Amino acid sequence: MSELDLRTAAASAAPVRRARPSVSEIFAMAFVLFLAVATVVPGLLSSIDPNAIAARDAFQGPSPEHWFGTDESGRDVYSRVIAGTSTSLLIGVSATVIGVTLGLILGVIAGFGGRILDFSVNRTIEVLFAFPGLLLALLVIVIAGPGPVTATIAVGLSTAPGYARIIRGQLAGIRSSGYVESARVLGHGPRRILTRHILPNALAPLMVLATLGIGQAVVWASALSYLGLGAQPPSAEWGAMLSAGRTYIGTAWWLTVFPGLMIVLTTIATTILGRSLTRRTAGRR
Amino acid sequence: MTAPDTLLEVEGLSVSFGDTEVVRNLSFHVSRGECVAIVGESGSGKSVTARSLLGLAGRGSRVTSSTLSVAGRDLTAASERDWRRIRGSQIGLVLQDALVSLDPLRPIGREIGDVLRLHSPLSAENARSRVLELLASVGMPNPERAITQRSGELSGGLRQRALIASAIALDPPLLIADEPTTALDVSIQARILDLLADVKSRGTGILLISHDLAVVSAIADRVLVMKGGRIVESGNTQELLALPREEYTRRLISAVPTDKPRRVPLVPDAMPVPAPTVHSTQDAMAPVVLEARGLTKSFPSPSSPFLAVDDVSFTLRRGETLGLVGESGSGKTTVARLVLALAPADGGAVLLEGGAFSELRERDRRPLRRKVGAIYQDSLSSFDPRADVRRILTDASELAPKADRHSVGELLDAVGLSPAVAKARPLHLSGGQRQRVSIARALAARPDVIVCDEPVSALDVTIQAQVLDLLDRLQAERGLSYLFISHDLGVIRHMSDRVAVMKNGRIVETGDAARVFDHPQHPYTAQLVADAPRLVDAL
Repeated sequence: MSELDLRTAAASAAPVRRARPSVSEIFAMAFVLFLAVATVVPGLLSSIDPNAIAARDAFQGPSPEHWFGTDESGRDVYSRVIAGTSTSLLIGVSATVIGVTLGLILGVIAGFGGRILDFSVNRTIEVLFAFPGLLLALLVIVIAGPGPVTATIAVGLSTAPGYARIIRGQLAGIRSSGYVESARVLGHGPRRILTRHILPNALAPLMVLATLGIGQAVVWASALSYLGLGAQPPSAEWGAMLSAGRTYIGTAWWLTVFPGLMIVLTTIATTILGRSLTRRTAGRR
Repeated sequence: MTAPDTLLEVEGLSVSFGDTEVVRNLSFHVSRGECVAIVGESGSGKSVTARSLLGLAGRGSRVTSSTLSVAGRDLTAASERDWRRIRGSQIGLVLQDALVSLDPLRPIGREIGDVLRLHSPLSAENARSRVLELLASVGMPNPERAITQRSGELSGGLRQRALIASAIALDPPLLIADEPTTALDVSIQARILDLLADVKSRGTGILLISHDLAVVSAIADRVLVMKGGRIVESGNTQELLALPREEYTRRLISAVPTDKPRRVPLVPDAMPVPAPTVHSTQDAMAPVVLEARGLTKSFPSPSSPFLAVDDVSFTLRRGETLGLVGESGSGKTTVARLVLALAPADGGAVLLEGGAFSELRERDRRPLRRKVGAIYQDSLSSFDPRADVRRILTDASELAPKADRHSVGELLDAVGLSPAVAKARPLHLSGGQRQRVSIARALAARPDVIVCDEPVSALDVTIQAQVLDLLDRLQAERGLSYLFISHDLGVIRHMSDRVAVMKNGRIVETGDAARVFDHPQHPYTAQLVADAPRLVDAL
């Protein structure tokens, strides 16, 4: 048995392998950190009031003084982009939270509620899936009226069916898994099996998906603002800034390029992080 | 050693991945019409050796040899293009799992026909007739039909036949078979070995790779025993089995359970299994712990309901092992699920200590469940992937009566694992260690009965021997009763006091293990006994 013990010791002594983060992951983490700072203490990144109007400074290109130039009212685009971070991210993150929560409720009802509930939730999800997500969001806004809060709810609602379907699948798979069965054979009760085995295993991949979803929610929220249905001007929000800058796109490119760049980078960063989380948790089976 | 009959000649073969040398200075040869077997545990380097003979050692590998020739052709410095010409035409390969080796989307006929047409200019018509010929020669029933079937539509044994047909399609002088029967039922394994012997008798040289000495001894002329990338012993099969020089070879021989009397340890020099303390075996006075009465279970199927278990009855006494043996699809696992009350029976009942078990409501049965433990073939999937060994064991021991609980340390010690394992996740343990953890988990709940469903089928014979010895010892120490399910008659015979032979959902023969196997009454039992892998003409 000595050989066995040796092997055992080797197996447990080996450190848990953690791949070194790649360049893109480092970039993504740095950018997310930047976004976090911009959200919590925007003053640290820009000292100019994002809403200070200076008519004679209007339409200045990027310069050492105004890094991202100025807009039609002479407001500093850089500080507006920074100020807009909190709004855009707040909408994106809250929308994802709403989507995941709703998805969780629907998914759990479908996964545990018996055949009739499963059937009805499933058909509802399928009907919702038939609409393009953004169209669904527009429908909600038509009913509830435009504004940042309704935009958040709208985006959250339109992402919920996707999460619900994934959770339902996870639950179904885990419920018939070998480890749930062996917990039953041992004599554990249903509540304990649910809280100790099923939910933790179903939720872990969901957190990864939610990270991936934040980027998409930011894009959708910006799209709604761009259409004038989300955050309203003059409030600094990336989508709203894009919309306002659209008129001058031929003469003042910086009005649209910089907010657009922020949306693109945010999406890319959250996607990279989401994917690397997927990879890292996949190793745990 | 360059006789004209030498097909494969290997001299000083070494394979390394990075800084680790997995095969060291290997030399052997295979002649025409000869079968040479490489035997060793997983990780001994036998599969890598086979692969490097095909130029398939894999990414990042470094293969060096002073001589490597196949059918007189020097391959020490072969390029990828040379290898491509060699594979199939000079060396055929048969792998363990035919399901992954054959394209699931293409009919067998096309799969084999392509091999033919890739290397020789055959018309579609000629290729077809050649394929039919090949399938007939590997004993495929109804080749005309098989030619249109996809690999998924064939049973495991037929799939393996199709794979062998494609490997010998170009009539290569050398065939490499890497664990060709490991995933198969014993009776099918015997047929496949017959087929390989037949291929050999036609003059093909075979290099057979296996962890099971009993399997290769049936057809191998010579055996190379590999350990840690080296050949530790080699020789004529009979001589090697009769007079093994190396300790390691002795362990491999000793691990074969077939024909080993009950309670004789399979690991040499191990502590002898203590005499049962609670009740002596086959004590007719020992109380009945578990009883199955007329169990019936059918599953819906398109035509008529499929009767998986048909009127199965048995009793299990304290301290006794009842072996349930039969081929895949005979209903063994369904019986296990009925006994564990994981599925409701259509008819009949399972009684625990004379009281109702299967007929109770789940809520009333739950407190009793800990008394009937289970060990599965695929232990990894029976563990929560998020839990480490400590949590797995503490979760289970919470169910034991308060006064009677084991600590994690005691449990690990009981199954021969070091305390350090407590911190590991099952994913990072070896197959044998995992099976020990699942035995420890079963023990933690203080059961009376353990249902063992193919507990050693996924393990190497040497690890299998350790696990079987462990189960024997625990039974003697704790008076456990086992319902032991396996397709491997050798294992069943070694482990069981009484056996029940199952076929098509029915128990066709039952009784004292020695009596049933020495004087089988039912032709099916006789067939199983004949097919069990045993060491030839030694011992």
